[in-house]
Amino acid sequence: MKVLAAMSGGVDSAVAAALLAEQGHEVTGVTLKLWCYGTSPLSPRACCTLDAIDDARAVARTMGFAHYVVDAEDVFRARVLQPFLDAYASGRTPYPCAHCNQHLKFGDLVGRMQLTGADALATGHYARVTAEPDGDFALRRARDGHKDQSYALALISYDVLPRVRFPLGDLEKDAVRAHAARLGLQVWDKPESQDLCFVPDGDYAGFAARSLGETRGTAPGAFVTPDGREVGRHRGVFNYTVGQRRGLGIAAGEPLYVLGIDAPANTVTVGPRDQLLAPALATGPVNWLLPAPAASGTRVTVQIRAHHVPAAATLAPIEGGGVEVRFETPQAAVTPGQLAVFYDGDRVIGGASIARGL
Amino acid sequence: MIYLDHNASTPVRPEVVAAMTGALSELHANPSSAHHEGQRARAAVERAREQIAALVGAKPAEIVFTSGGTEGDHAALIGAAWALEPRGKRVAISSLEHHAVHGAAEVLARGGWAIEHLPALPSGVIDVDAIDRLPDDTTVLSLMLANNETGALQPVAAAVARARARGIRVHCDAVQAAGKIPIDAHALGADYLVISAHKLGGPKGVGALVLRDGAPCEPLFRGSGHERGHRGGTENLAGIVGFGLAAASAADELPHETERLRALRDDLERRILAAFPDAVVHAADAERLPNTLALSVPEARSDHLLMALDARGVAASAGAACATGAVEPSPVLTAMGVPRALAIAALRLSVGRTTTSADIAAAAVAFADAVRAARAVSAGREVPA
Repeated sequence: MKVLAAMSGGVDSAVAAALLAEQGHEVTGVTLKLWCYGTSPLSPRACCTLDAIDDARAVARTMGFAHYVVDAEDVFRARVLQPFLDAYASGRTPYPCAHCNQHLKFGDLVGRMQLTGADALATGHYARVTAEPDGDFALRRARDGHKDQSYALALISYDVLPRVRFPLGDLEKDAVRAHAARLGLQVWDKPESQDLCFVPDGDYAGFAARSLGETRGTAPGAFVTPDGREVGRHRGVFNYTVGQRRGLGIAAGEPLYVLGIDAPANTVTVGPRDQLLAPALATGPVNWLLPAPAASGTRVTVQIRAHHVPAAATLAPIEGGGVEVRFETPQAAVTPGQLAVFYDGDRVIGGASIARGL
Repeated sequence: MIYLDHNASTPVRPEVVAAMTGALSELHANPSSAHHEGQRARAAVERAREQIAALVGAKPAEIVFTSGGTEGDHAALIGAAWALEPRGKRVAISSLEHHAVHGAAEVLARGGWAIEHLPALPSGVIDVDAIDRLPDDTTVLSLMLANNETGALQPVAAAVARARARGIRVHCDAVQAAGKIPIDAHALGADYLVISAHKLGGPKGVGALVLRDGAPCEPLFRGSGHERGHRGGTENLAGIVGFGLAAASAADELPHETERLRALRDDLERRILAAFPDAVVHAADAERLPNTLALSVPEARSDHLLMALDARGVAASAGAACATGAVEPSPVLTAMGVPRALAIAALRLSVGRTTTSADIAAAAVAFADAVRAARAVSAGREVPA
């Protein structure tokens, strides 16, 4: 099999590519050049730097397969970076990794498969694709539940599933590092990346202002209670996310949480924890990882952010291709801009951006 | 693999491999040593110096060995600028120069020199009239003999005449031309000429700077008197031996090889233009190196095309190699006024000693297939280039 292997420079994608090469597949490694801010001394974990490209190349050399750097900065800017800024500026909390997977790794790279005549695209994600008895293909959670990344993959196109390979889907992280060491890959002990690759220091607002000249969402405004009382001043809506408690700087008798962000009014609503609970949410258009959209009344478990314990819920279609998700038990911190991902057991059946809590 | 990237580097000639292997195993002494073994090593260096001098029409005493083209360009431009500093702290380079020359100019700029850039004409050659307009304190002009990306031959002799009238010395980077077209350093008239072994079937890591008629040049590497004080450091003996023999072989072949390469290149060009009538050959109206074909097929981005060609067994190059894979138009094509949309589709195919007519036929087929794949990728992209 001819495989195009996406390599970020990290240990996971390195092992994914290397294992396929070891199995005798004809592997071509590719590293997407997405965002160049030069090497950042702040963070050796930054995965968009030239060092990362060198690391990926070294793995390809060790394993004896070809490697290319592909420039997709234009797609990254248009489909990941700009929506990221737009979301923050409008009071939402974006999840750019999902859009990067959708448009870059499982978008742009899929298009490039025809350049090498590749049969399959492999990445180092912890997830699985299974061929179902009925000929369907299913995206499923990784065997290692702690590392599972299926949430971040929920927006990839259903059509690409037959061509996708996740060699790490059945492995645990320790086993992946052991493989890296066994294969003599220099990246075997490279630290995990935690933050967004293009904001290695985790300061999203600072990054947007400094690197991209973003001015929206930076004007100070009022913290208000749900009944409209001003209780303090905020530093610009860009700095807040629903459910946030730390760093608000409001002196109050009880802990206050961000309940909502109204960008046009430039207000951030705060209140006690019990007011964070929502019985339901509405989404934007759903990306179904099924041959046809799920029927109204379909019972699922839904995950509403990367580290959320999935909750039982029922789906009902709404206008514009979205769904209303009604939880069996109200959930805290339903955050516009994050994904709602629907699971049937360990199978991802669809995902969508959260429009609002209901 | 069909290797159409001879402008990047060439396969080492078998006789060169043999000579270098012999030198490595038998000539262990330092060429500067007084004893018999040292004299044998010295003889090998001097033999190579003669062979290289013969290739470019220079005297052996005018040859200074270097580590290659980049060092040669630095040694010439910086060395000349330093030597001529009392006359002014300004040098001029053509806008078509190789990165190595731009790099040498950067070193000078860091030391307070002003850098002038000679504009290029859309034909792919430099505008020699601009030499007349250079400021009076300009001391050196850098103009390549053949452009590495397009193959366009530059009007070096004319530039030398204009420069000389103004008292400006001329450095000529002949790295891409040497071994592909006849070079007569004296007829050309440049004061400094730079060539490199690996572009003509020799090893990587060795080259020569020709210092004509005692052209003023301060050394970069000092501390020992090697190369008559022009370049300190124990000689790269095996490399120099290989370079010398490669130069001799190239000189022997030149009369017929030039025409053979031209026929192969023209055949490839015809086949591609027949398949893609909208393809644009860069510097098509200029006199070009016989082996170089630089072209753009609209909507077939060079990064896509290179990957597709590689997968189909053809090694080529984008306008110029870029370490990061960034899709940026080549400065050379930009200087010629090539629009961005065409420049990011630029591809360089360069034939050489090992290329056969069967290679050309197969490469043309692979090229057509690769262009179709590259165009399909561009058409399917969410964000147009």
